[in-house]
Amino acid sequence: MRLLFITILSILFLRSEARIIMAGPTAEIKELRKALALARDGDSILLQAGIYKEGSLLIERSISLIGTNAILDGEKKYQVLLVSGKNILISGLTIRNAGYSAMEDFAAVKVVDASNVTIENCHIINAYFAIHISNTRAVVIRNNRIEGTPRSEQLSGNGIHLWKSNFALIENNHVTGHRDGIYFEFVTSSTIRRNHSEKNIRYGLHFMFSNDDAYIQNIFNDNGAGVAVMYSKKVRMEANRFDLNWGASAYGLLLKDITDSYIARNIFYKNTVALHMEGTSRIEIRNNDFRNNGWAIKVQASCDNNRFWRNNFTGNSFDVATNGSVSLNQFSQNYWDKYEGYDLNHDGVGDIPFRPVSMYSMIIEENPNALLLMRSFTVQLLDKAEKALPVITPGNLTDDKPMMKYIKQ
Amino acid sequence: MMKLTRYVVYDIIRNKVIMAYTLFLLVVSLSLFQVEENQGKAILSLMNIVLIVLPLVSIVFATIHYYNSYEFIELMLSQPLGRTRIIFSEYAGTALSLLMAFLLGVGIPVLIYSPDDSGLSLLFTGCCLTLIFTSLAFLASVKARDKARGIGSVLLLWFYFALIYDGLVLLILFNFSDYPLEKITLLLTALNPVDLGRIFIMLKMDISALMGYTGALYKDFFGSGTGLLFTSSIMVLWIVLPLLWAIRIFNKKDI
Amino acid sequence: MIRIEAISKKFRKLQALDNISAQFEKGQAISLIGPNGSGKTTLIKCILGMVRPDKGNIYVGGHPVKQEHEYRRMIGYMPQIGRYPDNMRIGQLFSMMKQLRNDKQGGLDETLVEQFGLKKIYDKPMRTLSGGTRQKVSAALAFLFDPAILILDEPTAGLDPLSAEILKARIIEQKKKDKLILITSHILSDLDELTTHVMYMQDGKMVFLKGLDTLQEQTGELKIGKAIARIMKADGDQEDWIKKMFTPSNEQKIY
Repeated sequence: MRLLFITILSILFLRSEARIIMAGPTAEIKELRKALALARDGDSILLQAGIYKEGSLLIERSISLIGTNAILDGEKKYQVLLVSGKNILISGLTIRNAGYSAMEDFAAVKVVDASNVTIENCHIINAYFAIHISNTRAVVIRNNRIEGTPRSEQLSGNGIHLWKSNFALIENNHVTGHRDGIYFEFVTSSTIRRNHSEKNIRYGLHFMFSNDDAYIQNIFNDNGAGVAVMYSKKVRMEANRFDLNWGASAYGLLLKDITDSYIARNIFYKNTVALHMEGTSRIEIRNNDFRNNGWAIKVQASCDNNRFWRNNFTGNSFDVATNGSVSLNQFSQNYWDKYEGYDLNHDGVGDIPFRPVSMYSMIIEENPNALLLMRSFTVQLLDKAEKALPVITPGNLTDDKPMMKYIKQ
Repeated sequence: MMKLTRYVVYDIIRNKVIMAYTLFLLVVSLSLFQVEENQGKAILSLMNIVLIVLPLVSIVFATIHYYNSYEFIELMLSQPLGRTRIIFSEYAGTALSLLMAFLLGVGIPVLIYSPDDSGLSLLFTGCCLTLIFTSLAFLASVKARDKARGIGSVLLLWFYFALIYDGLVLLILFNFSDYPLEKITLLLTALNPVDLGRIFIMLKMDISALMGYTGALYKDFFGSGTGLLFTSSIMVLWIVLPLLWAIRIFNKKDI
Repeated sequence: MIRIEAISKKFRKLQALDNISAQFEKGQAISLIGPNGSGKTTLIKCILGMVRPDKGNIYVGGHPVKQEHEYRRMIGYMPQIGRYPDNMRIGQLFSMMKQLRNDKQGGLDETLVEQFGLKKIYDKPMRTLSGGTRQKVSAALAFLFDPAILILDEPTAGLDPLSAEILKARIIEQKKKDKLILITSHILSDLDELTTHVMYMQDGKMVFLKGLDTLQEQTGELKIGKAIARIMKADGDQEDWIKKMFTPSNEQKIY
């Protein structure tokens, strides 16, 4: 009985002991390091405005670190925050000039072996890696602004980097100037939502060995190579924008060895290759808009059982290109602006099938130099001839029900 | 020099064919800009006209005009005028009239709707091709005494530049696909003013990214001052060489 | 005024001119006659520098025809077929010619322009004119600059009788002004009265060049036109006939 009383009392005591620690220039505790040392599980540290140059700081307890105009400066030498543990919140900090290391992945905020960690409302400037997460569960990264200084692929790290984690939520972040904007490797059951990843050196989103994830309503534009999703299963990609990934080997979305996934309601605008597919199977691609791309879709012969359904293809130089002579994929009820057929019964579906692969696109798959002849009269005539009498384009790659009108998505 | 040219221009611009040509270009350009929601697409469609129709009209019209002016040229030759001056005035008059038709028909709409890099390069190419194909027409005309032969040979020339040449390039590309052909392809295209013009416009339209690494090289090259200089010089050579050759033949020719 | 020194010209296989030498002086009116294809027009074109002889030289007023074109200031030429730029108006044609010749002395002779009533139709484009009217224009142009030498190729061919008379009168007038007049014609009849010399050509050869009085004396025919016409109609043996008639050794035997 006495024991019980003491226990309850101590719990209450502990509860009431959940303190708020003020730190900063006008507070009693000037240094963040000291505040962190003082803090116990459940405490909150409120960091005042000011510049803190305190090297690397370790957070292992379940605390909240909340800044108001506080700037942590890594002086280009240190990883600023090292986080490990559970139930940790980091919010409202500006972290700048984190260090660079050729040996390990230095980061502005590094989270290792943790769960329930939230990083929000932070502004991370000029870091090698900005947020580096590994071996975690239920991490939330939201409302952060991350601005790298683009150097080269070797000298820049990723904006938001996740490795071997699950149940992560990446939401509403803006990432620019890093190697990959958002990087996923062995990350499962996670969601990437409403982020804007632009002007990164390599990929806006780089996604590998990560199953059962979804990314929704993100914007990826002007990234060196677009977005790459590789070696994964059951990925949902919905309502994203892939814009202006324009360059020699730039893709809106590069799929490599992806199976059982779902790509819907995305907009692909002005990419050199909007959707590149290699070794992908059983993917449903529906209700997407492909506008003004070089190639809307490049399907390598290694792809099978993919279904392209009710997409719009407008203003693309090439709608579909492939390197094989047979196609194991299915196209149906798409709208193609290059369709020249008719609709006698007015059911909105063209009466003759559409062949989205042009002869010329086959030619340049084989001989890229022939691109210099693009839009030449000769090539246009060859294409017309091939359309009338297919010889080298895959005979079964047709859309048997091409829509007459643009499909409102 | 300009006196005779002025009268030739004066004669040609009242020609019904030239008027129809101007009107055709104007109607097509305006309707393309009206119909296409995007200016780039209109420019691309106009590019087809500039690369196909314009050379055909220029070369055939200039040839027919030359043969129709034969007696007039004869009369000029009986005057105290040098031969070079006469043939050059005829050339300048014909070329200027065709240029005016082009600038009225395509130039004005382009300047109104799409006065950007791609539009201007389209106009540049159109002007060059007009001058080049008029030059070629004069060369063919002074070489062939007979009108039917002259028209036949210019049609063949047009056919060659517009169609056959690219077919040959394609053949070469495929037969030698094991070799690095980037430079050679570029050279080959430079040897056909129609191709050169097409690439010049296309690179302005950001098509280069489709061409991978080589495309980027081309774009850098054609986008630079050197590239513009290169394109212009090749175009000028295409204008000047056939014309000089035509003048040479004309100077020795029995009329 | 015009000296022709042993000129020859071959068009492919056709020997158009075969070693022709002649001398024309001012005050002479030479009728250049011969059947179709005998080389009359070629000879005229040689004098005008339109056709370049293979061999021999021509001097006009002392200037070699080969190198220069200024000598043509002395010549007024009326072509056989006058065709002018379709859309040029008559008035423009005249003002253009005046500008091109740019004669400082300003000795313009517009008598024919007035006599043919061309001023009234100055506004008419050339394409609307009949063949006869175009001939009038050609004639008026040839006389316009009051040249020392008049070369008229079939001048009265398409003209109505009244206009032909006007033209003839003008030619006679010019002859009186001590000018050199060179006229080609198949037949002589209507130009009998103004001819001083006859040059007869056949198959590119000059058969004879004689003063009209000598000719009349030798043939005993006053109407030389009739005689020549008969010669030309007498197909097969005409060559022999002419040879017999005009080779010096035979001269006395005839008639």
